[in-house]
Amino acid sequence: MRRMVVLLSTALLLAGCGGTTKNNSGGDSGGGQTQTTANPNAATAKDLKITFLPKQVNNPYFTVAQGGAEKAATALGEQLKATGPSDADASSQVTYINTAAQQGQNALLLAANDSNAVAPALKAARKQGMKVVTFDSDAAADARDVFINQASSQEIAAGQVKLISDAIGGSGEIAILSATANATNQNTWIDIMKKELAKPEYAKIKLDEIAYGNDDDETSFQKTQGLLQAHPNLKGIISPTTVGVAAAARYLDSSSYKGKVALTGLGTPNQMRKFIQDGTVGSVALWDPAQLGELATYAAVALASGQITGKQGEKFKAGELGEYTIGDKGEVVLGPPLTFTKDNVDKYNF
Amino acid sequence: MKGLLRWESVLFVLLALVAVVGSAATGGSFLTGRGAFNVGSDLAVMALIAMPLTLVIVAAEIDLSVASVLGLSSALIGALWNAGWPLEAILPFVIVVGAVCGAINGFLVTKLGLPSLAVTIGSLALYRGLAFVVLGDQAVADFPESYTQFGTNPVPGTWIPYPILLFAVLAVVFGLLLHATTFGRAVFAIGANEEAARFSGIRVKRIKFILFVLTGAVAALAGIVYTLRFASARADNGTGLELEVVTAVLLGGVSIFGGRGTIGGVILAALVLGGLTDALILDDIATEVVKLVTGILLLASVFAPAVTKRLTRGTP
Repeated sequence: MRRMVVLLSTALLLAGCGGTTKNNSGGDSGGGQTQTTANPNAATAKDLKITFLPKQVNNPYFTVAQGGAEKAATALGEQLKATGPSDADASSQVTYINTAAQQGQNALLLAANDSNAVAPALKAARKQGMKVVTFDSDAAADARDVFINQASSQEIAAGQVKLISDAIGGSGEIAILSATANATNQNTWIDIMKKELAKPEYAKIKLDEIAYGNDDDETSFQKTQGLLQAHPNLKGIISPTTVGVAAAARYLDSSSYKGKVALTGLGTPNQMRKFIQDGTVGSVALWDPAQLGELATYAAVALASGQITGKQGEKFKAGELGEYTIGDKGEVVLGPPLTFTKDNVDKYNF
Repeated sequence: MKGLLRWESVLFVLLALVAVVGSAATGGSFLTGRGAFNVGSDLAVMALIAMPLTLVIVAAEIDLSVASVLGLSSALIGALWNAGWPLEAILPFVIVVGAVCGAINGFLVTKLGLPSLAVTIGSLALYRGLAFVVLGDQAVADFPESYTQFGTNPVPGTWIPYPILLFAVLAVVFGLLLHATTFGRAVFAIGANEEAARFSGIRVKRIKFILFVLTGAVAALAGIVYTLRFASARADNGTGLELEVVTAVLLGGVSIFGGRGTIGGVILAALVLGGLTDALILDDIATEVVKLVTGILLLASVFAPAVTKRLTRGTP
């Protein structure tokens, strides 16, 4: 009997939730209407509530990006808060997107773990007026307003191939150590790298394998070890992810391959400084993630203020970064990546 | 006295606390239709699997391979969709595959007499590996919206997520199966004392086998729900979910040693866990703290029955 009571009351509770229909939701539909025309002269809205949602929390790269976002938010007089999952699972960001919508946030800055898994939640949030700016890793194009791309994919990927080619003297076997297999940006770069490698100037370079370290330090470390075991003639590794390249550098540094196998990738100066200075790694490239977060915030505020709508050709100002123009498919490119070598690595601190 | 100290009552109080405190701390945005919809959508997959797993644990067994079966099911959906199968054929097929996965677990446990903990730790790795063999590291996402809306939209005119309707059906089915049938009484008997159950003529092996098959089938069903909700079929979907499900079952007052527990308690526990997670995130509490709180609750749920037992024994 008592069990029945429990069951029944649970059922009632569920029904109660269901019965709380749309009347109750009026309050959280807040936000502005989706504007169709941009007004570049509109005043910049103050006190906007902005959520910063990285791929995962406690990831040094995103912590730096968050710093940039906070800087821009402070400069503009907005409220920015960071939140996010502790793992980079496809689904783990959805709860946080729904929550931001429920809290009536005006804008969301998102680095998507899976471009499609987040799309339905983003669409629902945008319907109630939240502006969505993706940065670092894009969501499905119809689920966000603007995508802030760190550098053009072509520049990044071609640059990585050039760096490894220089490091191995233009011939030999190489491998790629990527992040997660579904990371939109990684896969775009890898595709372009393959096309680059097909060019005559790289004819003597052979791509042996693409390994995935899941943006996890330990996994990336083990995958590096695996790559070197599986391919005894390996001469170079490209790891276009800050987690991967740091783990690979640590492995090389502690192994007999040090100095024999070249490594390049996308790495932060602070993480890679030691390895660049002791010669384990010749060079790495990266944009400034702080600027990435900063630009994303300026774009979000311009969207929420009605200065831009995300259409190609619209322009917005981004403080010290200057003026940016929205490109094809709502994409904004931060700028060409920087290359860090022994000569300049000490000039940067992030 | 005994009634007051029932674990379900404690959970009910906890649930009320989560609702009231959650609502107060978040400025009222928690107890709204949208809030309920978000909680419901977030907990549905976990709650679905918790239903058959409750029976398995009451029978003093465990199935840790459920999240891997979910991943395999998701991977199969993606691979078969890519291969041009219609979804109407894929979905039932996937459930059958889930049942087969469960049957393999059941076979190893009942026919070979291996401990289910060891068997399902093995099949956890095996089925996840199979998932990657089936789909590799792709993500398949081009499912028709008429299907994905079942995972992302509420039932028109309400805030009830479709998966919660599915869950309600399973809750009734497994609730009746456990609490109102001879099968259910046998499950309790097996969990309490397997030897005694066997001597009193209960077909222990057969019942356990059926439980594993049911769990596999429901885990595959959960894989369908998961895939549609995120519109993303991937081999790594639901990684680590088995621990969440076991947490819900144990927090629901089901004894890990078998023989004791109710479906109602597990439903309440799923609501408490789901509501608590959403309320904490809504209140901008860090993810790490959310996990910490869940851990404390789980420990409490292991302690509490022992404490209440002692207390009730003290009263005449």
